[in-house]
Amino acid sequence: MSDARDPAAQPERTRFAWRRTTLAFAVVVVLEMRRLLLDGGSARGYAGLSLALCTWLVFLAAGQRRITRLAGTAPAAMGQGLALGAGLCVVALATSAAVLLF
Amino acid sequence: MSDSERPSAVRLWFSPRRLRAEGSTPDYRFSLANERTFLAWVRTALALVGGGIAADQFLDDMNAPTRTAIAAVLLAGGAFCAVRAVNHWIRCERAMRRGEDLPESRFPGLLAVGTAVAAVVLIVAVLVGTGG
Repeated sequence: MSDARDPAAQPERTRFAWRRTTLAFAVVVVLEMRRLLLDGGSARGYAGLSLALCTWLVFLAAGQRRITRLAGTAPAAMGQGLALGAGLCVVALATSAAVLLF
Repeated sequence: MSDSERPSAVRLWFSPRRLRAEGSTPDYRFSLANERTFLAWVRTALALVGGGIAADQFLDDMNAPTRTAIAAVLLAGGAFCAVRAVNHWIRCERAMRRGEDLPESRFPGLLAVGTAVAAVVLIVAVLVGTGG
């Protein structure tokens, strides 16, 4: 870390934004888990939940990697790959929910 | 620059070099603010997906086709919202690099109206469902 401290705490705020988004993601996975447990799991249900867990892990890892890059001063903008990957994780999560529910 | 020379935002999704070739790098704080807005949209998308799952779990008085339709619309809405978040982020990033105005979007307004309408429909459906 360098001496110049960003007065608006931008990297910290961005770090927290990643954290709470990962947390919101986890809440959706838990909702899927609740549904599966209440219904007495089917093979289809477990397939959906596995997909959800995998996408959450990918999202967690991507966020973690981004957070380490945010540590320095004047961090570079997020890359397209990360934005696209994060968006696709949510699409995959919606797909997993569809597999689980229908 | 003429419009034909502008690569579409979708093409920029897959080409970091093309985005970096546009204009100049803005103040990093603007990019981080754009990133947080993107994440806020991702959370909105997650809320829609979560809402879809919750609707399917908690609307047990409702008949199955209606409940499934509501859940499906919410899940599809969540997926769309996430894809649109990526596109909007990239369009904002490009506009900032070029020093242009940020892109306008009807989506927030549409989503707000859609959410309000869906909430009213659900309230009516739940009230009628428990009454009948």
